[in-house]
Amino acid sequence: MDIVYMDNNATTKVDPVVLDAMMPYFTEFYGNASSMHSFGGAVGREIAAARDKVAALINAEPGEIIFTSCGTESDSTAIYAAIRSNPNKKHIITSRVEHPAVKNLYEYLAKTGYRVTWVPVDKDGVLDMDFFRRHLSDDTALVSIMWANNESGVIFPIAEIADALKDKGIVFHSDAVQAVGKVPVDVKAVGLDMLSLSGHKLHGPKGVGALYVRKGAKFSPFMIGGHQERGRRGGTENVASIVGLGRASELVKGHLEEMNTRVRALRDRLEEGLLKNTPNALLNGAKDLRLPNTTNISFEYVEGEAILLMMDQFGICASSGSACTSGSLEPSHVLRAMGVPFTAAHGSIRFSLSTYNTEKEVDFVVEKLPPIIERLRHMSPFWKGAGCQLQ
Amino acid sequence: MWEYTDKVKEHFINPRNVGEVESPDGVGEVGSMACGDALKLSFKLDENQRIKEAKFQTFGCASAIASSSALTEMLIGKTIAEAEKITNEDIADYLGGLPKEKMHCSVLGRDALEKAIYCYRGQGEKEIDGRIVCECFGVTDKEIERAVKENSLKTIEDVTHYVKAGGGCEKCHDDIQQIIDAVYNTVPEVVEAKKTLTNIQKIRLIEETLEREIKPALQKDGGNIELIDVDGDLVKVQLIGTCATCKASQLTLKNYVEARLQEMVSPDLIVEEVK
Repeated sequence: MDIVYMDNNATTKVDPVVLDAMMPYFTEFYGNASSMHSFGGAVGREIAAARDKVAALINAEPGEIIFTSCGTESDSTAIYAAIRSNPNKKHIITSRVEHPAVKNLYEYLAKTGYRVTWVPVDKDGVLDMDFFRRHLSDDTALVSIMWANNESGVIFPIAEIADALKDKGIVFHSDAVQAVGKVPVDVKAVGLDMLSLSGHKLHGPKGVGALYVRKGAKFSPFMIGGHQERGRRGGTENVASIVGLGRASELVKGHLEEMNTRVRALRDRLEEGLLKNTPNALLNGAKDLRLPNTTNISFEYVEGEAILLMMDQFGICASSGSACTSGSLEPSHVLRAMGVPFTAAHGSIRFSLSTYNTEKEVDFVVEKLPPIIERLRHMSPFWKGAGCQLQ
Repeated sequence: MWEYTDKVKEHFINPRNVGEVESPDGVGEVGSMACGDALKLSFKLDENQRIKEAKFQTFGCASAIASSSALTEMLIGKTIAEAEKITNEDIADYLGGLPKEKMHCSVLGRDALEKAIYCYRGQGEKEIDGRIVCECFGVTDKEIERAVKENSLKTIEDVTHYVKAGGGCEKCHDDIQQIIDAVYNTVPEVVEAKKTLTNIQKIRLIEETLEREIKPALQKDGGNIELIDVDGDLVKVQLIGTCATCKASQLTLKNYVEARLQEMVSPDLIVEEVK
């Protein structure tokens, strides 16, 4: 059975070109970049080349890029660096719809003496900027707002937030794991202090990420150890993966236009097809303010896990904000923050496309999903059609 | 992804008895859309007072649908008195087990069945029994207490897996802990009572404890245990599967099997392995 992979906000396929670039660094050029011999030194030059490529993707200086093990490490590093460099300030502002990678750390910090302000979003998932501005204070150490939301795909006004923070001495960090590679991200134009990105979300390997730290921003390392990454992140470099992240950065930079034209058109075709062919289906998230690859649709009266497993029969891969898929009992905090009623949140499905997807795949999903929804609805005690079948 | 048994998957993909029975003798509705799962069960009896037809409508995940489908299959052919004995564990067992986080799906089935029987007996809507402890999912202290007792639940997490209580805002966690503590504080009294067990009662209780608790635990590691004989306070057992060859089996026998039987049946029991 062919896999129709539309879960690219969860993770992506490593591009074969990326894998090819990585392979020599396992058995051939396995030297340690810190070594004195030229065998190791050559590896150091490859790491430098990868750094150039990652920097180019977000318009940073190579010296502003720190390689990490994942998006979560980048986030933790940024957040701890920010609060350590402002030890007397005890207030953090973030959004109510952050990824658990930062959300859970803020919840932890909230228990250890920090005051955390969670900026709400409206029903379209758009950030409440007035609320944000009202809560800035002299005690604010850090503002940390994601660039784009992983579930709704809604893009946040990062430049506007950066403007509001100008000359206030508040560190601004953004978790841009979902945005980088999908929409243009220009750290210089925006003017933020730190930004997290992850390899496996942009057709690079898992287990590698990067943190942008603006030149001149105060920093202290999270992983303390050797002098690697100029003392900003201890630990022998994950050379193959760093090379992979570099190559992937180069590739997605070249694919940005395709992402925002062809993939966007595919996403729209999928969305329109599903909304048109399924009654009681609702779009979650501001239509025009989203990542070009993401659509999140609620199918009322049915439950997301059941939908996913039925789609699995056809090899279709997507995600759900339903409670059952997460192991918790409540549906996604993002959908709840958007005020999506529980009844619709339980039946939400997120499709996230990539440049690998085709029109044929989109049409396949538009053909297969509506009958699945219909079938599950006829099993559901809430569906108006149900119960009348026998009479 | 959940590790569902083939039987769960099969009942989910090809659910039996979907719909509503025409002019039913009993109907039970439980759950709500907000809670994430809901089940409407209806049944009809034949002239011999056996369940002729049972149908379900379910809103929920794969295991909720499979549990409902399994329940209808289990019901058909049974009398009300037999049907009444079906527990949530029976439903889970029928499906070859459910992930522990999904046990509440089997409880949903049991609750719907109970309501349907209530309705059949003309007792109307079953009233809410007890005080609501978990406001997120509307679960009462009685329901939590029952789940703790029936399934030997030990932690708040267990309770959440079985009846959902405590899975939302978590404000009721202290209350749930108190209910669990209260259930187990009565254990010494139970043990007192068990001292006067007749031999047959003792053997039954040993068998029950083995079946309900000890066997499933050993089976998880690929082992098993068989009761051979009970001679006074001496319980003779045989270890099977990986347990038979495991070097730590004597530890398992003393620290787990014997300890558990002492706790549940009688503190004087001694467990011995026969080869």
